[in-house]
Amino acid sequence: MEPTNDRDPNYFHKVVDCQWACPAHTDVPGYIRLIAQGRFDDAYMLNRESNVFPGVLGRTCDRPCEPACRRGRVDGSPVAICRLKRVAADLKGEIGDRITPIPTEKNGKRVACIGAGPSALTVANDLMPLGYDVVMFEQFAKPGGLMRSNIPEFRLPAHVLDDETQIILDMGVDIRYNSPITSLRALLEEKFDAIFVGVGAPRAKGLELPGRHDEGDTNIHSGIDWLESVAFGHVDSIGERVLIIGVGNTAMDCCRSSRRLGGRNIKVMARRPREYFKASPWELEDAEEEGVEIVVNHAPKRFVLENGKLVGMEFDVLEWDEGAQHSTVLDTVIVPCDDVILAIGQENAFPWIERDLGMEFGEWDMPVVDEVTFQSTIPGVFFGGDAAFGPKNIIWAVAHGHQAALSMHAHCMGNSITDRPVLEMALSSTKMGMNEWSYHNDYNPSSRQKMTHIELSKRFESLELEVELGFNAEQTAREVQRCLNCDVQTTFKAPLCIECDACIDICPVQCLTITENGDEEQLRERLSAPTVNLKQSLYVSAGLPQTGRVMVKDENVCVHCGLCAERCPTAAWDMEEFELKIPYAKDSGLLTIPVRRASTKIEVGS
Amino acid sequence: MTSIAKPIIPLVALPKNEIGLTIRDYEGAVSTLCAGCGHDSVTAAITHAFWELSTPPHSIAKLSGIGCSSKTPTYFVRGAHGFNSAHGRMVTIATGANAANRELTYIGISGDGDSLSIGIGHLAHAIRRNVNMVYVIENNGVYGLTKGQFSASADIGSRLKKGEPNAIAPIDPVLLGLSMGATFLARSFSGDKAQLVPILKAAAAHNGLALIDVISPCVTFNDHEGSTKSYRFMREHEVKEIETDFVPIRKEIHKSLDENDATEITMHDGSVVRFRSVPTGYDPYDRQKVEEYIRERRSRGEIATGLLYVDESSLDVHELNNTPDHALNTVPYSKLCPGSAELAKMQASFR
Repeated sequence: MEPTNDRDPNYFHKVVDCQWACPAHTDVPGYIRLIAQGRFDDAYMLNRESNVFPGVLGRTCDRPCEPACRRGRVDGSPVAICRLKRVAADLKGEIGDRITPIPTEKNGKRVACIGAGPSALTVANDLMPLGYDVVMFEQFAKPGGLMRSNIPEFRLPAHVLDDETQIILDMGVDIRYNSPITSLRALLEEKFDAIFVGVGAPRAKGLELPGRHDEGDTNIHSGIDWLESVAFGHVDSIGERVLIIGVGNTAMDCCRSSRRLGGRNIKVMARRPREYFKASPWELEDAEEEGVEIVVNHAPKRFVLENGKLVGMEFDVLEWDEGAQHSTVLDTVIVPCDDVILAIGQENAFPWIERDLGMEFGEWDMPVVDEVTFQSTIPGVFFGGDAAFGPKNIIWAVAHGHQAALSMHAHCMGNSITDRPVLEMALSSTKMGMNEWSYHNDYNPSSRQKMTHIELSKRFESLELEVELGFNAEQTAREVQRCLNCDVQTTFKAPLCIECDACIDICPVQCLTITENGDEEQLRERLSAPTVNLKQSLYVSAGLPQTGRVMVKDENVCVHCGLCAERCPTAAWDMEEFELKIPYAKDSGLLTIPVRRASTKIEVGS
Repeated sequence: MTSIAKPIIPLVALPKNEIGLTIRDYEGAVSTLCAGCGHDSVTAAITHAFWELSTPPHSIAKLSGIGCSSKTPTYFVRGAHGFNSAHGRMVTIATGANAANRELTYIGISGDGDSLSIGIGHLAHAIRRNVNMVYVIENNGVYGLTKGQFSASADIGSRLKKGEPNAIAPIDPVLLGLSMGATFLARSFSGDKAQLVPILKAAAAHNGLALIDVISPCVTFNDHEGSTKSYRFMREHEVKEIETDFVPIRKEIHKSLDENDATEITMHDGSVVRFRSVPTGYDPYDRQKVEEYIRERRSRGEIATGLLYVDESSLDVHELNNTPDHALNTVPYSKLCPGSAELAKMQASFR
């Protein structure tokens, strides 16, 4: 193999599994080390740089980072990354003076944001410091979008959401509440320099079965609309027997909210077996802990309404073949109930976009949006969040917001929006002296800390009572040490190597090999430990000075303990901290200045 | 040395040997030797060899004297018996221990100072007695613990770190062994585990004293330009006379060596060592020719490595002295000490 190009920022980025998996590429090991040092403000600010809502995401994120976490490959349980983020948010002090100042002199450009959800707020967060006038149109009386209307308060307290949305609004956003946009044409006529559409995926999918619109259908609710009514106080009770149709995260929020509004006998009805559920495993566990029953292999057939009143729902009881592709009906049952909540998904709807404006619509009646620039086919009109490519989650919306803001800035400044700024990196040695490093390199065998929940007996007293109590000091101290510091990279300088084998002998996971060069398949066969994960790269050196063989490192299970570097007599191995420099709109200089020496030009998103 | 111990990482699926142990079970304490020391690679090779042989750790006795080399038994097989003796006296303690308990596998680690200077007399007689043990000399040509003076194995013309050349003729442990009647002689290089591990395994199976001279560079005092025991010098001047493959008893024979010109020798315990001479014609059974080979290589500035000489027909110290078949701790007390009446009877027989 050719020697690995470790000057390509994406090479070491991929080694940091959590950061690579995160849509916003948050520097996870970096903020975990700051938490370990008790620097909660710094940890919060590092988080905020990429994900904007650390307090919200520390409670509600879908956590793509955790299944990717290297610790999971080592001892089976990933680091509790998400809940550590919450620790930083909970313990931070006053950070107002660390928010980028807003110039008093504006740049003369006006942009409109439709919606005040996570993607639109991210756009405002990125553009306000550049001197833009941002006008935000929100249909409700409060900001937050689906973060407010669809996530119940026992999971996300209102004050956390208020704090983090207010930071952005306080930058001077001209927010107009109770102002739903009903016509894009009318908005275009207002001659904004750019428009951002962040309206989410606001329509619940329906379930057209017999009885759906009969007399008494007021007890049949659509999930996201019902959660919204609960969030804004329009609904404060529900019947004792509740059926939830669907097993996504919305279904989990519906059943747990029902439990707090009077529901006593709550069943979540699923068509398929449990391993095919969409809900995150931890949300299923939380629901079951609260006494919600999850019923599998029941396909809804009709609503049973008698005398203008919902009395139950009829289901086919199914048996699935292996792989759950085909089912046979075993039986038909009627499950009695007082209310049914339909939580089978949500979809986009753009009734307010006139179809003669020249905006191209594609499959599923979705506007055609560029995946890199987030621009629609009307120049200057950008999309992000669930509105762009259908329902995802908050962290994706934030990532979209950052990219859309870059495009909007380029568009307003008259630059090409396809000319994306380069991704850069910095590497700096963590060596502090003889076998001394600026990070804690010893492997800590602690197991994953369990989140403490408020007692069941108290939990249902009010809808606002937060269930998760956060990590205490001892739990935090243990959990931060479980992080393997994947961003402290093993870097190798082939000309210095004397092939003494010291690093190979000391590596606790046998991830190093010195061998004759060959193609990737051959090298993988010759590794000291059998290769088990082809998704992880091999780090291959140039030919070594004495024998011409190559040093090969399997990045898969390296625990970044630094023993190779401690044992190396010539400092051919070093432990260098990797910092990914993600360009945001505020780094607009990057749009024009040339790349720095140590970096290679890589397009964002490539 | 390192600031932390090599951590045990739990769920990495490490393979297990025949007695259910992973290679991590054959490791020892954290090495306090210099980073890059050849001795640590020898330690790793010994760890591999015993793990691959599935030797139960409690059936191993590891012994050493004084010197950097003599620290190394601490760094492998933490479950083994151990004895750290006086300077140059490793093999005397090993002889005594072996006399008392012939059922353990003995491995002595020594250095060029410990074995070729202060301990050379003991080494010579242990070779003559053919004590059943693996005798490893970690040979780096300098006294590392006293900051790098020439040792008795330094070659003429080899230079110290500050430039002074050596003028005194070296002792070659393999030539010494040949002249003393040794029955298993090998030379290897710490930077070549593919060669060293099979030699160590064959040495453990050998019935008698197996002497292995391992060139193990001193990374601090003898790894410079002008040294003849540096990593670079070894890589440029090593000549592999013979390739060795060790086939343990009760195991299917792997065909890792080309069979065309391979010869086999069955060891005392039934395992097989297979050889292939690299320059065809090398004969590891002919004491006289082996000596000529080694001298010829040496005159050309080359270092012959491999299992250089083996004689599996020899008798070991117990067979030569007609000792009990089992360890003395298994012999009943009444037999070990038959009492004064028996003594009187025996004395009477001499009158």
